[in-house]
Amino acid sequence: MEKCYINGIGCVSAQKTFGAGFLDEVEINTTDNVLSAVNPDYKAFISPGAIRRMAKGVKMGISASQFALDDAGIAMPDAVITGTGMGCIQDSEKFLKAIINNKEEFLTPTSFIQSTHNTVGAQIALNMQCKGYNFTYVNGAVSLESALLDSKMQIESGEAKTILAGGVDETSEHTISLYKLIDLIKDSTDAPYDVLNPKSKGVVLGEGAGFFVLENKKTANTYAVFEDIQMRNTLSESEVKPFITDFLNSNHLSLSEIDAIVLGNNGDSGFDHYYREATSLFSETPQLYYKHLSGEFYTASTFGIWAAVQVLKQQQIPKVLQINKITKQQYKSVLLYNQYRGKDHSLILLKHVDV
Amino acid sequence: MGIISSIGNNVEENYSALIQGKTGITQTDYLETIHKDTLKFGEIKFSNAELEKILNLSPDHRFPRTSLLGTFAAKQAVENAGIQEVNEVPTGLISSTSVGGMDKTEKYFYEYFDNESVRKFILSHDAGETSHQIADYLGIKGFVTTISTACSSAANAIMLGARLIQSGQLERVIVGGSDALSIFTINGFNSLMILTDGVNTPFDQNRKGLNLGEAAAYLVLESDSQVKKANKNVLAYLSGFGNANDAFHQTASSENGEGATLAMQKAFVVSGLKTGDIDYINAHGTATPNNDLSEGRAIQNVFGNTVPVFSSTKPFTGHTLAAAASVEAVYSILALQNNVVFPNMNFKTPMQEFGLVPQTELLEREINHVLSNSFGFGGNCSTLIFSKS
Repeated sequence: MEKCYINGIGCVSAQKTFGAGFLDEVEINTTDNVLSAVNPDYKAFISPGAIRRMAKGVKMGISASQFALDDAGIAMPDAVITGTGMGCIQDSEKFLKAIINNKEEFLTPTSFIQSTHNTVGAQIALNMQCKGYNFTYVNGAVSLESALLDSKMQIESGEAKTILAGGVDETSEHTISLYKLIDLIKDSTDAPYDVLNPKSKGVVLGEGAGFFVLENKKTANTYAVFEDIQMRNTLSESEVKPFITDFLNSNHLSLSEIDAIVLGNNGDSGFDHYYREATSLFSETPQLYYKHLSGEFYTASTFGIWAAVQVLKQQQIPKVLQINKITKQQYKSVLLYNQYRGKDHSLILLKHVDV
Repeated sequence: MGIISSIGNNVEENYSALIQGKTGITQTDYLETIHKDTLKFGEIKFSNAELEKILNLSPDHRFPRTSLLGTFAAKQAVENAGIQEVNEVPTGLISSTSVGGMDKTEKYFYEYFDNESVRKFILSHDAGETSHQIADYLGIKGFVTTISTACSSAANAIMLGARLIQSGQLERVIVGGSDALSIFTINGFNSLMILTDGVNTPFDQNRKGLNLGEAAAYLVLESDSQVKKANKNVLAYLSGFGNANDAFHQTASSENGEGATLAMQKAFVVSGLKTGDIDYINAHGTATPNNDLSEGRAIQNVFGNTVPVFSSTKPFTGHTLAAAASVEAVYSILALQNNVVFPNMNFKTPMQEFGLVPQTELLEREINHVLSNSFGFGGNCSTLIFSKS
């Protein structure tokens, strides 16, 4: 069985994650309940005409994916595998509004065409004329994770040597207002927000895109080994600890051998107990969080993985990611745990390239 | 396997309609659309209320129609496979959909702001939620994911299921897709001008476009060891699969059918079969000018001058989008089980670009291997090969 290496990364988020550096400069926003992603210079990746036509998700996806490919020095991957929780929601809303407001008349197909869930994956393939395997996963908070599992299976079996895999989600006005109606997004009166000590329901919504080049070989640019991944559609609170320990057992690791745990804490008081359960297993371990920087969205774990692989490569944890004060001399194995509203639990195990 | 489509509420009813040449394309009884009188659909003649009753859902449920249909078909598949305790071995669900809960979103888009009682459906919009609802109904605890690659989605769900079993991660996986008719899709396809005002006529020179349909269909895939251990009756084998991207246009297929050609070629490599082994092609055959030309060319690219018997079953069901490939997987397995090729109805005139003529009458013959194609927006091309057990 081949090993699966992460050899290139690209991340668009509410922070300056696009480009060199590892959170050298961050903006911690505790007052807005929706965080927009910082736009990279799209002109470097997309023609000016297309920039005007494309929704933000497509632009973020194309930019992040091209950045990851360039980072890995790859011109053409064997496959493009994308995850998106909500899909192309800006164009979906646009078309839906046109249908309803004009009573099904005078419609043009442009926004319908771009509303399809696999638009980002398709546009990436179209842009670089990649005729290989192309899948899009759309399963809430395991959309990206499903794409990564698929990639890992194909790399390990030898079916593919180089895979571009990633996740993307954009925010959209109407959906934001609907989410506020049912307290999925925090009320503005609950600010300032603190994802580690939540006092209110809902989350600070974010958006972004993260792509990763996965390969069967180690290169000079390798960030980490993508060792294992597991998902569960639903868990009760008491099942969180066994989920984690079983996963570690199957990887022949003890809790103390995890050098850092990256947690998806999103400040939703209704579901924070899942993270408390997970955290309680790792009281002696460096604990990291990131959604105070990225906001929460179905593919927010793009940011978490982006950060985790940098920790492994650079062997240091930026202060802004630390939950506790514990640090280590060496980071060899990093575990990520994420869930959203008690559903779509995932564990990802990353290892240092030389382990 | 389990299925609900406009030609039947279970496998037997679907088979019976297929051999009797009974179409499910009708005017709509349920949709509120200005296209009511001009367009025909493959509509399932159950209201949401009737489906809720059949499934015995509690009144406060928040299933959109996609989940209702999906649950109906997936439950049937689980029962058909003789599964008593769904989590007794590592079991997953891979579902696919293009619209998810769009029927509720389009209905309550503005009403959500004024009517608190419908707000429960806000959480049911996203595609993944429909899979969660199906999994929760069936009591599946494990790996659940959703694929949305437009009209090839369910083929890709089947493909992923096979990979998960091959790699040893799952012993059993329920795979397929569900898509309900929605005003959103109808107007989308209508604005693209690829809907016929009559009935669809695949591979006909004068084809005018597709009829949209709704359906849900699921297969239960099990590993070799699970089959042996539980002494399971095997309906068919998934012997090959392939996915490729046409990388030509967001909604149109290339005229030379490159993506489709690659998908079929990959499926042959996986299966180890030769082109001459295929006894029947269940074509994608949507009856749009673009698809049938592209697919026909691709079939010729792969099979040369010895094209097997082929037909599109879309004149029966309409194009059921993300469910189409699982609906047609069920039909492919029925073809294997009953040694029969289903007719490509409504065909009259061969296309001038090539001399390909589909099978227009019911044909009884030995069928050992069926190739099924599904293609979608975004250049997504998928091929599955099913073989006799």
